[in-house]
Amino acid sequence: MTAADLAQSLAKAFPEATKLQPEFRGEHTLEVRLSDLLAVLQHCRDALGFDSLVDLSTVDHETRLPRFDVVYELYGMEHHQHLRLRVLLADEEECPSACEIWPTANWHEREAYDMMGVRFANHPDLRRILLWEGFPHFPLRKEYPLAGLPTELPEVAFTRPAPMADGPFVTSAGGKDAIAREPRARPQRAE
Amino acid sequence: MAAPDATLAAYDSKIEGNVVFTKLDAAINWMRKNSLWPMPMGLACCAIEMMAAACSRYDLSRFGMEVMRFSPRQADVMIVAGTVTYKMALAVKRIWDQMPEPKWCIAMGACASSGGMYRSYAVLQGIDQLIPVDVYISGCPPRPEALLEGLMRLQRKIEGEHALADQKKELVEDLIS
Repeated sequence: MTAADLAQSLAKAFPEATKLQPEFRGEHTLEVRLSDLLAVLQHCRDALGFDSLVDLSTVDHETRLPRFDVVYELYGMEHHQHLRLRVLLADEEECPSACEIWPTANWHEREAYDMMGVRFANHPDLRRILLWEGFPHFPLRKEYPLAGLPTELPEVAFTRPAPMADGPFVTSAGGKDAIAREPRARPQRAE
Repeated sequence: MAAPDATLAAYDSKIEGNVVFTKLDAAINWMRKNSLWPMPMGLACCAIEMMAAACSRYDLSRFGMEVMRFSPRQADVMIVAGTVTYKMALAVKRIWDQMPEPKWCIAMGACASSGGMYRSYAVLQGIDQLIPVDVYISGCPPRPEALLEGLMRLQRKIEGEHALADQKKELVEDLIS
């Protein structure tokens, strides 16, 4: 079975809950309704043979409503096919945890919570994983500045904004030649 | 076996050459600086250069600094080698607090000295914001020679310390009274 077949079969099994997205460079994506997410994931693992959750990531669209995407990258060890599922999530909503289906989701969901502030319902251990316990912000959200914000947790830890000098030192993908693409200091966008 | 005649005398000419007159400070400093036991706080690529410095080609042991101690209780100098993230900073501080006095700190490389190229919310902008640093070593990462130079500068700094008067105040007062 090809990934296209698998995506089609999933869309047929959940005609209400899933929306097939346009294929992009051989990658197949389905948008899933939040309320049916766990059933769809379970079906993917048990019926479609996606026994591996490769990655779980989040996207912040800032002004779009609902604000976040939670993206599941699935892979089947038997049929060697990839499938991407995407669920839209509003700021105040909780995403159901996939830990029961793929144990590896545990740390991925902790990371998503740590960096983006997406909460997962029924997660066994939803703590920060990369940043220190007690850090008050979610740094991958668009409104969070790259330099950071000053925080102080007396007797435990502190954070100070990093000096940006002439702005972050970044490459510009898509520049017309190598000179334009070279890493340079670029001022941060105005807040 | 009977001792040779010479050792029976009250004055032993064999011992004479082994007696050195010096100030106590100088003696303590000399012992300290020639057996600096580092606590390797290897956090990034600088740690690889630190390992190279400890291996046979650069051979830190020539200066009495090869005894990398992974227990802070046995270490004299902490070599902070690499990027200190805020999360790791908690552990670095905790290990530093466990090292017995007197202790010294070397910030090895750009990241440990100033945050380096990591101008980011996640990285502590220099370990000196958290613990006192004696020697900064520039480089990204510094070559083993630079680390050796840094450690020898630290030796020179230790030579100039008033070891007894500053660090053993109570003992000196006891001796005087």
